[in-house]
Amino acid sequence: MLKEDCASEMRVHLAKSLPLPSNVNRPRIDLVVFVINLHSKYSLQNVEKSLCHLDAGFFLGKVCFLATGAGQDSHCSIHRNTVRKLAHTYRSPLLFCDLEVDGFRASMAQRLVRMLQICAGHVPGVSALNLLSLLRSPESPPLEEL
Amino acid sequence: MDPYIAPGSTPRQSATSGLKDCFIGTTPLQKRLESVRKQVSVLPTPPRRKIPQCSQLQEDVDPQKVAFLLHKQWTLYSLTPLYKFSYTNLKEYSRLLSAFIAAEKQKGLAVEVGEDFNIKVIFSTLVGIKGTQRDPEAFLVQILSKSQLPSQNREGKVLWTGWFCSVCGDSLLETVSEDFTCLPLFLANGTESNTAIIRTWFQKTFDCYFSPLAINAFNLSWMAAMWTACKMDRYMATTEFFWSVPCSPQSLDISYAIHPEDAKALWDSVHKTPGEVIQEEVDLFMDCLYSHFHRHFKIHLSATRLVRVSTSVASAHTDGKIKILCHKYLIGVLAYLTELAIFQIE
Repeated sequence: MLKEDCASEMRVHLAKSLPLPSNVNRPRIDLVVFVINLHSKYSLQNVEKSLCHLDAGFFLGKVCFLATGAGQDSHCSIHRNTVRKLAHTYRSPLLFCDLEVDGFRASMAQRLVRMLQICAGHVPGVSALNLLSLLRSPESPPLEEL
Repeated sequence: MDPYIAPGSTPRQSATSGLKDCFIGTTPLQKRLESVRKQVSVLPTPPRRKIPQCSQLQEDVDPQKVAFLLHKQWTLYSLTPLYKFSYTNLKEYSRLLSAFIAAEKQKGLAVEVGEDFNIKVIFSTLVGIKGTQRDPEAFLVQILSKSQLPSQNREGKVLWTGWFCSVCGDSLLETVSEDFTCLPLFLANGTESNTAIIRTWFQKTFDCYFSPLAINAFNLSWMAAMWTACKMDRYMATTEFFWSVPCSPQSLDISYAIHPEDAKALWDSVHKTPGEVIQEEVDLFMDCLYSHFHRHFKIHLSATRLVRVSTSVASAHTDGKIKILCHKYLIGVLAYLTELAIFQIE
């Protein structure tokens, strides 16, 4: 992502889990991407635990789930629907990307940078909440079915 | 991976029958599109409800007749429907296949030192290997070496065995026309060269396609839960799990063996609804094992890959190898494998 050209300054912070240590002065966080490795149930459990520590305000378009490893179906120990349900519960978009593959990684980086620009408010006319409603999948069933 | 919709779940059955009534007289292609659309529209679904076929006792499967299917390691393949296959022509197929194999071997494609070139192929039907009445009859192919002695008793050594079956494969039957026979599961035991020759002949003769059936960790944990849930009078083997940890320079293999009665006790404490297994129960069962291991060894097994599961009912490896140990639950094991095969085909 850092290789992408961006008009303003972009910083990426990586963390294994939340909450982040509170004694550090850090700039405003515009987008939180939860990466789930479909090969490892541990990563899903980690993400589920971390979600509790995130302020509710972020879920209005500033959170995104990224599932990696769907390409190698024989290695998957999590069903795709499990992460779909998780993303649906938290009303956030879910992206699938095989981070091991260079081409997919580059296009996903572009996508994330674009999302970041919108969430930071740098794109006039589109807000994070607008983006969220645009990204909502058309197949989502009504709430009663879940 | 397998579909989230189990063939046995009742809410879907009523929807299916309703749609079927509207679609009598549509072409197979329309039926297929409809089935694909049904699958997509039901996602995301409520927790999967799957009826463990393990609890059914197949009365009409003669234990003696299927004894040779047990305790052997089978390599799994999924097979697309066979075009214009007929159960009355089995002798004809035996003849053609023998000729084909002889020709292939003489071509030098599969020459092994000391191999007997006098071989005989036998096609036979396997009675009782089916889940529902609509399932086509399973059949068996065997390559035997022709005995040198003229006596009737020496049938010759079995060099290779393969069988085709379909257990509860109804969802596939809906989408194909009458000329096709749907036997989506193929199991082979023997040398890889023989398997390759048989596959080539079937592909050429019946316009079908074989692909190796791998079983991923998700399905292996389902199998572990379902087979532990099976009631057994006598446990023949310990329940074992094998994990592979990818790390350099060599991957690490972890094996975890539990006494089968302890595993059953754990399952019983997790299991709520009788006769059905749901996703949460499987997850809870596996999580209990993971946390127990973590407490003792501080290793997160959930971050590794489950590669093999072995119980008293059957043992399965992620590369698509299965060994069935108990004839009582043979149909149950095959039903799950058929579902995986059908999912791979679709």
